[in-house]
Amino acid sequence: MSGPKLTNPVVRWIDHRLPVFTFLHHEMHEYPTPKNLNYWWNFGSLAGITLVIMIVTGIILSMHYTAHVDHAFQSVERIMRDVNYGWLIRYIHANGASFFFIVVYIHIFRGLYYGSYKAPRELLWMLGVVILLLMMATAFMGYVLPWGQMSFWGATVITNLFSAIPLVGESIVTLLWGGFSVDNPTLNRFFSLHYLLPFVIVGVVVLHIIALHRFGSNNPLGIDVRGDQDTISFHPYYTVKDMFGLSVFLTIMAAVVFFLPNSMGHPDNYIPANPMVTPAHIVPEWYFLPFYAILRAVPDKLLGVLAMFAAIAVLFVLPWLDRSPVRSASFRPIYKIMFWVFLLDCVALTYLGAMPAEGIYVVLSRLCTVYYFFHFIVLLPALSIFETPRSLPRSIGKPVLGGGNGIPAPAPAAAREKP
Amino acid sequence: MADSNDQPTRRDFIHVASVSAAALGAACIAWPLIDQLNPAADTLALSTTEFDVSGVQEGMSVSVVWRGKPVFVRHRTKAEIEEAAAAELSDLPDPQTDADRAPRPEILVLLGVCTHLGCVPLGQKATDPKGEWGGWFCPCHGSHYDTSGRIRKGPAPTNLVIPPYKYISDNVIKIG
Repeated sequence: MSGPKLTNPVVRWIDHRLPVFTFLHHEMHEYPTPKNLNYWWNFGSLAGITLVIMIVTGIILSMHYTAHVDHAFQSVERIMRDVNYGWLIRYIHANGASFFFIVVYIHIFRGLYYGSYKAPRELLWMLGVVILLLMMATAFMGYVLPWGQMSFWGATVITNLFSAIPLVGESIVTLLWGGFSVDNPTLNRFFSLHYLLPFVIVGVVVLHIIALHRFGSNNPLGIDVRGDQDTISFHPYYTVKDMFGLSVFLTIMAAVVFFLPNSMGHPDNYIPANPMVTPAHIVPEWYFLPFYAILRAVPDKLLGVLAMFAAIAVLFVLPWLDRSPVRSASFRPIYKIMFWVFLLDCVALTYLGAMPAEGIYVVLSRLCTVYYFFHFIVLLPALSIFETPRSLPRSIGKPVLGGGNGIPAPAPAAAREKP
Repeated sequence: MADSNDQPTRRDFIHVASVSAAALGAACIAWPLIDQLNPAADTLALSTTEFDVSGVQEGMSVSVVWRGKPVFVRHRTKAEIEEAAAAELSDLPDPQTDADRAPRPEILVLLGVCTHLGCVPLGQKATDPKGEWGGWFCPCHGSHYDTSGRIRKGPAPTNLVIPPYKYISDNVIKIG
């Protein structure tokens, strides 16, 4: 692979001393990408662009926001009513958070379906889980800043999760609050961290991309690239495909920002925070609902909190739970079905998290929580042994260019062990 | 260049000593950076509240602010006191007698914070749901408290906390 042909002498002078142009050409222009990527591969770049949108709108909002319990709610209302286009920027930021999670959740389920977490991409996957955790922390703290009723009681309930830790729990909660309840010190430090964490996310995204470019993208067939005939350059083929996806995404996002800006929020957050009265029905933002359902499904406080954190922690070890040598679900007849069952389970947990914790909802939450962990801890390791995958294509080019003589897929472990 | 015998050298000592000194220094500077998160002196200074309980009529409940949280002061009726006293300790998830919780039986003082995840339970207003045991009901995750503020049903692990308080005159309590 040759470097770029730089004709502009100034550019050439700079590139000789600081090879940014060579670097960008290498990583974003000629970067060889599997030629069979489908539209599910758009969501990585969409997530990156959404992160930029969030940072830009967030920096602007912070120029008008006041992080003080007496002024926070008023300053947000001032942004909505008086600041030029403040309503637009705040609605983009608030709905952007929801869209960020939509995009990232689709990105994660794409990885689950096509086995993108498998060797040699384990660290790439784990860095992604770190990004998810940072996003959750950032989103949670951002939701506290408007200092409405849901902000306040969301902050109270989530920080109280740490009180479940034996012995030191109460001290940790006091440390988090900087007082005896969620109050001004809490709001100030949440604002500080809400400003910091997005830049930490940017840092981890850079590592995520470095790890991605080490072996390149996975692809819908889940087989390795075997040579130049299997790849095309990133630019213009995937830049143009990503731009098309982006325009569809921005159209949908604009429709929500302009016509349904409060559809994913909660009306109680337009009531100023009142530490003396808890709203009758508190729910977290929709993107936390599956984890909230898991928290409430367990009748014990400490175990409930542990189960909720375990639901994310299990993703870290996923590459070692699913030992099947075949990546793509297209060639795994049983996993393909179980993937959709798992997706359905997550959707059910999201629904149940929004319902009151009583009657049939509790029973269903428990069943869905058990299934969530069953999928990772029992089903995936078992499938790696007992499932017989379909035969894999010889190369990415073969099924396209014809002559698709399959090679036998690696046999499942159970078959291999037989003499 | 390296001395190949296994005896520690003077240079090893310098390495260990300097790394130890640096680690100790890092730990010393880390503590102020963490402890600044804890409640500041002015926050701690607001940690007591005084309240005159004589204004609370029988059957009435009042919420007092202490450390930014509500404290429930309920002037209990005879029926409520009897109900609380009659509970079998073996029926309680967090066994405690009513006499231990309310030294002056008619005036019950509780921290109005659910011991599950910190919501404020309902039951202070006449129109509020009071749960199956006639005390308080937390709407967030469905914990029921009795007329002594003891947990009877739901995810909360312990009874409503009795804040530290004492009578500084016949009718005035100092909380904190």
